[in-house]
Amino acid sequence: MTSTQTAPQTAGAVTPAAGDDIIVQVSGLCKFFGSRRAVDNVSFTIRQGECVGFLGPNGAGKTTTINMLLGLVEKSGGTMRIMHLDIPAQQQEAKCFIGVVPQTDSLDPDLTVEENLLTYASYFNITGRKARAKSAELLEFFALANRRQEIIEHLSGGQRRRLLLARALINEPKLLILDEPTVGLDPQARHLIWERLEILQQQGTTMLLTSHYLDEVEHLSSRVLILDHGKIVAQGVPQQLITELVGIDVFVIEGTTAELDALEKSFKQCEATTERVNDKLYAYTQEDCSRLESLLKKSRSWLRRPANLEDLFIQLTGRSLRES
Amino acid sequence: MKHLRFWTLWRRNSRVWRKHVMATLIGNLGQPLLFLLAMGYGIGHEMQTIDGLTYLQFLAPGLVTSSVMYSAAFETTYGSYTRLSMQKTYEAILMTPLGITDIALGEIFWGASKGLLSAIIMLAMLPLFGVWPSIWTLALLPVLFMSGVFFAAFGLIMTALASSYEFFNYFISLILTPLFLFSGIFFPLKTIVPSARIFFELLPLTPIVTLSRMLCYGQFHEPWLLKIAGSLLLTLFTCWLSVIFLRKRLIQ
Repeated sequence: MTSTQTAPQTAGAVTPAAGDDIIVQVSGLCKFFGSRRAVDNVSFTIRQGECVGFLGPNGAGKTTTINMLLGLVEKSGGTMRIMHLDIPAQQQEAKCFIGVVPQTDSLDPDLTVEENLLTYASYFNITGRKARAKSAELLEFFALANRRQEIIEHLSGGQRRRLLLARALINEPKLLILDEPTVGLDPQARHLIWERLEILQQQGTTMLLTSHYLDEVEHLSSRVLILDHGKIVAQGVPQQLITELVGIDVFVIEGTTAELDALEKSFKQCEATTERVNDKLYAYTQEDCSRLESLLKKSRSWLRRPANLEDLFIQLTGRSLRES
Repeated sequence: MKHLRFWTLWRRNSRVWRKHVMATLIGNLGQPLLFLLAMGYGIGHEMQTIDGLTYLQFLAPGLVTSSVMYSAAFETTYGSYTRLSMQKTYEAILMTPLGITDIALGEIFWGASKGLLSAIIMLAMLPLFGVWPSIWTLALLPVLFMSGVFFAAFGLIMTALASSYEFFNYFISLILTPLFLFSGIFFPLKTIVPSARIFFELLPLTPIVTLSRMLCYGQFHEPWLLKIAGSLLLTLFTCWLSVIFLRKRLIQ
């Protein structure tokens, strides 16, 4: 397991001021639903300016963890702090610093685009000219300025998501929580959202992201936490984790059982781990195994690609379906 | 400022309401006005006076309270349930500094405000039926608002328990309709045998109907302070319960 410490730390700095750039600190967090351990002793820290990706199969405990941070689920044990405020005791204060893009669309269908932002701003006690200026700025930033007076029903999926993002930023949050921010969008709409999120990152916005699109997480996150069965099974910088736990390259080879058996042996001689799924052989190589490519000429089909987060994800959490 | 955060939800609701003002007013006022017309005019002609009031005069203040009850309770059942389930308004609000208590108070005060508005419009229309309320009617308005708070909080409890819109049929058929019929709006409760009468006197709408009739005509023959104090206690208790039930519904 890799831990990354990007923030510079002075030697022997153990005074409370040492953790000044800590935005979220969770330790020993648990949530039990009856006998089911939905979140089981989870600890992590998010520092100023980081984008932490939360990964895990359905029911791994990602959303439950986020909901505990937001006070929507009561914790069974452990401690949580956001901006040094104790959660849930100082929940209301902490929420002033948080922006949330929820998984489900919770835009107000009774209100127009602009009214959605102004009403949401009022919940943060941002009113009048200040609210209108902020709302105009955000609509501009998310390319929604020309839909200001539109009713929500008339917006496309991508526009709704952008409006949800704009809404989450209305209070200039120190921490932006994104729960599946591009689910169900076409590639154009996704890329537009990524682009905006990257700009926000450059401005130093701290983010906590969950997504099932692993390319999205790879693209946006500076660090990932992989959860399974309520526990953190790995954490670190995506590329480092992939190289360490999966390898450099992945070979995917189709062929008869006999062919694949022989190939598997060859790959084992090169530094590689192998996996058989149906009539496919997966080989994850820890060193350059391109010399084996000549052996593959006879195979029905094969390919070699760099290992990615999806390989890591499958390796850590298995191939079986999780349906809860 | 912290304690007034619930007004932001009140303002959100009023902003939406302003968009469909006519439809909601007709919905809230239609029924009591039609009752007043049909029963007050239609049946009233054939009836003797009750405590010196014509039947139309007897009926009118009670129907005003029923419009408060229906407006407030419908707002925090059908209205609030839509916001809770389909529109996920509460979910969105809980991401902001507003908490469960703010949501409950915002919804309850909004429902009560709608109830009060219905009452004011009805009271203002009574002269059209030849019924002239006394100046004491102004003192009735806070009482009606309190009753609105009670029924809005009651409705919100139903919303917190509801699994679908059908659930509200129980509330309407088993609670609101009996209250409408047996709280002394349509007939004087003294016609009931004393042993059973106590039950009807204790129904939550009865003291409000009695107070409404008393203040509307400037009569003070009943223990008004006791009725107000009792209703206030019940209202506060119901508000407290509604926060508990709503928290149970929204926080896992």
